[in-house]
Amino acid sequence: MNGAKPFDWRHTPGLSAYTALIFLFFYAPLLILVIYAFNSSRLVTVWAGFSFKWFVAVANNGAIRDAAYNSVIIAIVATIASTAIATAGAIALERGRLRFGRGAATALIAMPLVVPEIVVAITTLIFFSGLGMHHGLFNLMIAHTVFCIPFALLPIQARLRDMGGTLEEAGRDLYADEWRLFRRVTLPLLLPAISAGAIMAFVVSLDDFLISMMVSSAGSTTLPVYIYGMMRLGVTPEVNAISTILLAVSIVFVAAALLIGRRNKLA
Amino acid sequence: MGPNRTWLLIAPAMLVIGIFMVLPLLLAVGYSFMTANPYGGVTAPATFDAYLQFLYQRDFDDSLVFSPSYALIILRSIYLAMATTLICLVLGLPVAWYIVCQTPERRRILLFAVTLPFWINTLIRTYCWILILRDEGLANGALRHAGIISDPLPLLYNDGSILLGLVYTFLPFMVLPIYSTLERIDARLIEAAHDLYASRAAVFRRIVWPLARPGALAGATLVFAPALGSFLAPDLLGGGKKLLIGSLIQMQFTSSRNWPFGAALSTVVTVVVLTVFVIRSRRAQEERG
Repeated sequence: MNGAKPFDWRHTPGLSAYTALIFLFFYAPLLILVIYAFNSSRLVTVWAGFSFKWFVAVANNGAIRDAAYNSVIIAIVATIASTAIATAGAIALERGRLRFGRGAATALIAMPLVVPEIVVAITTLIFFSGLGMHHGLFNLMIAHTVFCIPFALLPIQARLRDMGGTLEEAGRDLYADEWRLFRRVTLPLLLPAISAGAIMAFVVSLDDFLISMMVSSAGSTTLPVYIYGMMRLGVTPEVNAISTILLAVSIVFVAAALLIGRRNKLA
Repeated sequence: MGPNRTWLLIAPAMLVIGIFMVLPLLLAVGYSFMTANPYGGVTAPATFDAYLQFLYQRDFDDSLVFSPSYALIILRSIYLAMATTLICLVLGLPVAWYIVCQTPERRRILLFAVTLPFWINTLIRTYCWILILRDEGLANGALRHAGIISDPLPLLYNDGSILLGLVYTFLPFMVLPIYSTLERIDARLIEAAHDLYASRAAVFRRIVWPLARPGALAGATLVFAPALGSFLAPDLLGGGKKLLIGSLIQMQFTSSRNWPFGAALSTVVTVVVLTVFVIRSRRAQEERG
């Protein structure tokens, strides 16, 4: 019987069931959170019917609104700053000619991905307090810009590598100067990747907790820091609702970035 | 583009990261050799006290007494980070192999599903496990409902729950690099092996694993480094009672107000993590030839 079926190395018995279990492990806890967020009972674990009331309670909570406002302002500033810096950096790394220092530059830009978050958090705290900088939101904007740079840079660099230099060569052959070449050829081709990078930076900034917690002061609390404070006090339906909102925002943005990236490849 | 213009374009990124990340790291190294100010911050004189604190405690008469409690926290953190790495490897390798075996369209969907958790807030992902594991949580509720237990099992606030949270957080970091090395596998190798009567186990040991190894190594670094300094899983799922380095560092800047000790701890963590990354990239370069 064994020889009747042709050998198919792409099929390992039991592996699809195993993989399904791992994906269940990834997503079931998130699903449970979302279900609880719609539970009308204050006792989180007892199901008492479907309700939006905890979302209404969250929307009417002034402290949550303030924290959300801070988070969005910081994320917008950090996104614009880090994307601009990352675009220039990606073009230099992919199109520039450097005799030395390319490795060092790459390593430096990857630093925010390598150094543990807690270390970044406390060293940034030490730095700002050593300089006597107590500017609340402004400090957070700087800190967020720093760790958003590599996230914005990666998709742009990947796109530059994929599209190669032929179109830019063609532009140069037609006597376009460097600035017009950038405006008319490189930038339009790069725009989808820049948008994807910007969205990634925005999500990373919006979700950051540890660095924000150490760097923020009274009055510059961000949403994740506020949510953490709520969690420390215990499991409540409000925490479930606000967590669900943040979860939905992340998923929508990341899916958008991915779709933009996909269109980018087809074009 | 000439070197001058290239440097001009890359300068903002290097300056921002240099000033606001590398400089603070160096400043922290400096702080680790200072004396703690009880109101936060540091004062003169310069001392090695922060590093001595890893193994000794100052007694009332100012003599040093051996006290391994901080060293034990460091060892426990390393042990948990290593356990996390090993579990992620065992769990993640088959998933990566499964994805490689799928059609391109399905691969894209599965890869998105593996990547997505990375972009979801770790705070929220960790909190989900409180909902499941706490005394009134889903797991205890289900077990009680089934009549298996009458009193809730202490599922939360132990090494097991911390480990679970760490694996949950970092598993995608293991699957993705293994996938990207396995993706390049040459199907003819496997078919040839089969034609030569190799068993599935032999194909795995002789063909798949050697190809997966660089990816597994990369994944191990990507899991170990952040797991070592992790804060949220030990804090929320460990209940803050069982300290790990991450929470110990954070405490020095909040409740304990011992900035030099916190700076010394983070200096040590950074040195360990950077060393791991450097060794890894050296190894990767050697394997590429």
